[in-house]
Amino acid sequence: MTSTPSLEADNIVKELGRGAGKVMALKGVSLVLNPGELTLLMGPSGSGKTTLLSIMGCILTQTSGDIRVAGQSTKGMRAEELAALRRTHIGYIFQSYNLFPTLNALENVRIALDVIGQKGYAASQRAEEVLHEVGLGHRLKNYPGNLSGGEQQRVAVARAIASSPSVVLADEPTAALDSENGHAVMELLARIAREQKRSVLAVTHDPRTLGYADRVVRIEDGLIVGEERRPDGLDAPRVTDLTKRRKAHG
Amino acid sequence: MILTLAFRNLFHDRIRLAVTLIGILFSIVLVAVQLGLYLGSSRMITAMIERANGELWVTAYGAKSFEDGGVLLTPRERHAALATPGVKAVIPMIVAFAEWRKPSGGSTRVVVVGTDAEDKGLEPWSLVQGDWEDIKAPDAIAVDNTYLRELDIAGVGDTAQIATGRVRVRALTHGIRSFTQSPYVFTPLNRARQLIGVDGDKTTFFLVQLEPGADVEAVRADLKSRLEGADVLTKPEFRDRSLTQWLFRTGAGVALIGGALLGILVGTVIVAQTLYSSTKDHLNEFATLRALGSTSGYIHKVILAQAGMSAVIGYILGMLISLTVLFMSRSSPLPLVMTPGLAGALFALTLSMCAISAVSAIVKVTKIDPATVFNR
Repeated sequence: MTSTPSLEADNIVKELGRGAGKVMALKGVSLVLNPGELTLLMGPSGSGKTTLLSIMGCILTQTSGDIRVAGQSTKGMRAEELAALRRTHIGYIFQSYNLFPTLNALENVRIALDVIGQKGYAASQRAEEVLHEVGLGHRLKNYPGNLSGGEQQRVAVARAIASSPSVVLADEPTAALDSENGHAVMELLARIAREQKRSVLAVTHDPRTLGYADRVVRIEDGLIVGEERRPDGLDAPRVTDLTKRRKAHG
Repeated sequence: MILTLAFRNLFHDRIRLAVTLIGILFSIVLVAVQLGLYLGSSRMITAMIERANGELWVTAYGAKSFEDGGVLLTPRERHAALATPGVKAVIPMIVAFAEWRKPSGGSTRVVVVGTDAEDKGLEPWSLVQGDWEDIKAPDAIAVDNTYLRELDIAGVGDTAQIATGRVRVRALTHGIRSFTQSPYVFTPLNRARQLIGVDGDKTTFFLVQLEPGADVEAVRADLKSRLEGADVLTKPEFRDRSLTQWLFRTGAGVALIGGALLGILVGTVIVAQTLYSSTKDHLNEFATLRALGSTSGYIHKVILAQAGMSAVIGYILGMLISLTVLFMSRSSPLPLVMTPGLAGALFALTLSMCAISAVSAIVKVTKIDPATVFNR
């Protein structure tokens, strides 16, 4: 890849807890996200996946190291400055969807636009457009309680991309979904990465997601232990391809 | 979207909303009743002073209120006042408590107000039966029709006795109520002197009317120097002195204001508690907003909008109940008063109360760590 990285993590160290209970969650992790790529961050529980995602998303601050969003260093930034970076550059997808139960699908997307200052008819139009894009054009007025898990996650995807961020970060996006919905969401994320030229980073330990990845980064015990990239021009079935490749290397 | 989210959060939990509204409603009604009583009392206490047609009042030194002036002023003071430059007229007035003997036995206290119609100093207003000419008859008096039962009479034509003098009701007023709960009895000056047994030409007050263009303060200073042993008060001063006597020296006003403050306190605590618990319930949503990049100000606005909506709904309901209570109190011994000013002040108070209540919720939400969105 020759394009400018959307997000760079440079030698990130994160200590959690204090005194005797202090744990080093990340021990010097570096990771670069490029536009047009769906990167999977995989690893066992407690390996530091979510911590790294939180730090790269400017939600959690690192103990040392630097995060650069669109080339801009976040070092020394205050909470409100980090929030400004998040709303300008980063979209989030959460494991539990984190939708507002009192707002319908359209409003759940609109609120993300409202946060960045897009209001009124234009915001409604944009929200409707992205919901159509994720295949929920017929469920605009439905509340989260009346949507299936897969539909809720698609609303969350629509919310994450509504403001056209350069980076989409997803935390276990398929963990709460059945196989069919899990594949649908991953397909959506892959499409967002490739067609819309965004950087998508998904934390997962779901092997079903492997086939959609352009890159798989493995993390263990707070360190990146491996990285695999799909060869250019390679298409589905992706799971098999990557698995075969790993076996060949292994 | 801020208002939409605030509205939905508010109405999402109907029971909590009901508790919030009851808190605000309770507070509004309590404050409205207490302050309505305070205003009603103030108006009763100062009605005679406000209605009197004169710029200055000459009272016995230290007179505490309209009803408590004593009968100590003499014609000497009147002449001295009349000789003061800038004074147009000096109208004598008798005000004193007296014993009203009921026709069927027993007695009650009344306040005899004696003044002559032609002086145009203080006339009974709101006459609903008879007129000032009728009161000029030798034994004539005017009383308020809201006190007829207490005075044990049926209306015009009935007779009773004040101290040792026989009186006949010749006119009736409506709504001239007394804070002391001793009904006012209007009668001409000399008849009042006879009824309460005043020697000679002594009076309680002199109501001083000034020449057009006369400087009130200059005349007052001149009168003060001429009238040793008497107070010369402007209308606002006499009004304030009467209010101080009845509302603050007796503790009645303190109790009313204390009740109102208690209402504000209770309302604030209830609203703060429910708003805090609502915020706590929606903490994950606020954390999500924060993760999406919202400013803390955006979230504060949602909470304040929730507080504002609660305030508006609570105010409307509270005012409906307060106005019902006010309507029902119209014929009570102490009717409540609601003015546009008080209604406006209550609205401002409700908004402030809810805004203050929102502080604890805002403090809570300020401490949100957006990283908690990953722990759900």
